[in-house]
Amino acid sequence: MRVVLAEDLFLLRDGLVRLLESYDFEVVAAVDNGPGLLQALLDHKPDVAVVDVRLPPTFTDEGLRAALEARRQVPGLPVLVLSQYVEQLYARELLADGSGGIGYLLKDRVFDPDGFVDAVRRVASGGTAMDPDVVAKLFAKELHRDGPLSRLTPREREVLGLMAEGRSNAAIAQELVITERAVIKHTSNIFTKLDLPPSDADNRRVLAVIAYLK
Amino acid sequence: MNNLDVRTGFRSLGRGLPVLFLAIGELVLFCLFVTAVSLIGIGLGVLLVPALAVAVRAVVNNSRRNAARWSGRTVEEPYLPAPAAEPGLKGQWQRTHWVLTDPATWRDLAWMLVNPVVGVVLALSPLVLVVGGLGGMLMPAIYRPIADAGENYYLWVEISDLTSAWYAAALGLVTLLAGLAAGPALLRAHASLARTLLTPTRTAERVRRLTDSRSDAVNTSAAELRRIERDLHDGAQARLVALGMNLGVAEQLLAKDPEAVRAILADTRKASAAALTELRDLVRGIHPPVLADRGLADAVRALALDSPLDVTVNADLTGRLEAPVESAMYFAVAEALTNAAKHASPTTVSIDLWHEGGALRSQVVDDGQGGADPSRGTGLRGIERRLAAFDGLLAINSKPGGPTTLTMELPCALS
Repeated sequence: MRVVLAEDLFLLRDGLVRLLESYDFEVVAAVDNGPGLLQALLDHKPDVAVVDVRLPPTFTDEGLRAALEARRQVPGLPVLVLSQYVEQLYARELLADGSGGIGYLLKDRVFDPDGFVDAVRRVASGGTAMDPDVVAKLFAKELHRDGPLSRLTPREREVLGLMAEGRSNAAIAQELVITERAVIKHTSNIFTKLDLPPSDADNRRVLAVIAYLK
Repeated sequence: MNNLDVRTGFRSLGRGLPVLFLAIGELVLFCLFVTAVSLIGIGLGVLLVPALAVAVRAVVNNSRRNAARWSGRTVEEPYLPAPAAEPGLKGQWQRTHWVLTDPATWRDLAWMLVNPVVGVVLALSPLVLVVGGLGGMLMPAIYRPIADAGENYYLWVEISDLTSAWYAAALGLVTLLAGLAAGPALLRAHASLARTLLTPTRTAERVRRLTDSRSDAVNTSAAELRRIERDLHDGAQARLVALGMNLGVAEQLLAKDPEAVRAILADTRKASAAALTELRDLVRGIHPPVLADRGLADAVRALALDSPLDVTVNADLTGRLEAPVESAMYFAVAEALTNAAKHASPTTVSIDLWHEGGALRSQVVDDGQGGADPSRGTGLRGIERRLAAFDGLLAINSKPGGPTTLTMELPCALS
């Protein structure tokens, strides 16, 4: 799988290259600035891009903007955005075009290489990988409002959270140590209680859930 | 003339004498001070001026207190803050310099000259009129010796017989009533004369406000730095030490007990994640990332998304503002939002941001229970201080029962 990587700190860039290569990814370009990233994305059209939000020259949200611009020119280009902090504002901008292949994770998630690589693969295959922090904040707000979310059982809420992160039924089953059949039952309950159109594709499911939560 | 006026009329009589005594003291001090200033040339003045300035200010402050009491409005002290005390002749010279370069000193001197003349006339007139009037009214009873002495006048009436004595009595009554009637107005005139010379000028007032807010800002940022230092010391720093120790132990155990090493490494990973979380929270408190990335409007939108409340944001800002102003407004709005969530339990909050008339403005309106009072909560005081550091203002409109509107303003240019 071909990857374009953008990270300005040498140590992290080096570490990420080694991590990805050890999981049999091919890093076709590793850049350290925003304009270079946009060029590399358009030149290589990789299977997936792993992008740090903050990049030179402005050290603001250069990486995010380059990724959004690349997706505007190459619709559906899979991008996983990494950041030292996650903002709902940015999560929404990334999800706004409604097509999949989007990830937004805290840099800490790299500490769990298996989980991280799973997220990269998910994004590459057109799925979604939202950071649990983003999802938790969405939930907190909805629960505060005392909306329909409070009608869910704690288990259903857990399932909904993992769904919002972009996990597949199989992954949710593994995470919660339950059968896939049980997961399917929970999801159909959730969709009924929240009045959401049923959907099997993991990606469409994420969008439905996130749209519901905001 | 109604009852109230009569009472205030009588009350104003009693105020003439204190003004007279104060004025005498002021006149004496004026002479002494001017002498002391003229002695600066031979060095003696440097010793005398600061000491006399203390006396002058103490006495003039009495006039300030009187003016405040009689006009019902406070009269602030206008003096510049004293320089840090240095011992010896150098310190004396600095204090002399401080006294003489303060415009308030010269305004005090002007007052000490004006008050004994104009001030005394104004303040003493009611008493003089009333006492003189009483004298005239007594004339029918005591006119005989006066008439016998011959060539004696009460005002313009020559006292020669009972008829002229009664005429004088009538005139006395009019004088007395005039004194009582004019008393309050004359006293007000005295107070406003005092205000013009004794209150701080607009510039002095502004300097004082800026000095206060600057020292507030310095204190706040010093406290903030201490907090950051403590957070780093107890948090991330301590965790990094623990990480290093764990790794050392793991290294030792590597050959003997690989299973134990696995557990230690897992712990170490968790500890490093926790250190990251702490650092992230700390950074967010210093300068929120979205504010750095996108500026005020998006930062406030991000704030609204993170808030548990239903918040709508209307931002009408084009271009970026100066970074410190942006940051001050961001934290002020954040504090306002936290305050609303904590105290007012509103269902919706709306935040407006716009730039108008050379100032950045924001309005935070919540439909909570209202009754917000800056004298009670530290939150509103905090917002006020934050804004004051940039010469900004906070206006609160919060009736009991709500809604609450906070309007904040920071002077700044849009770039």
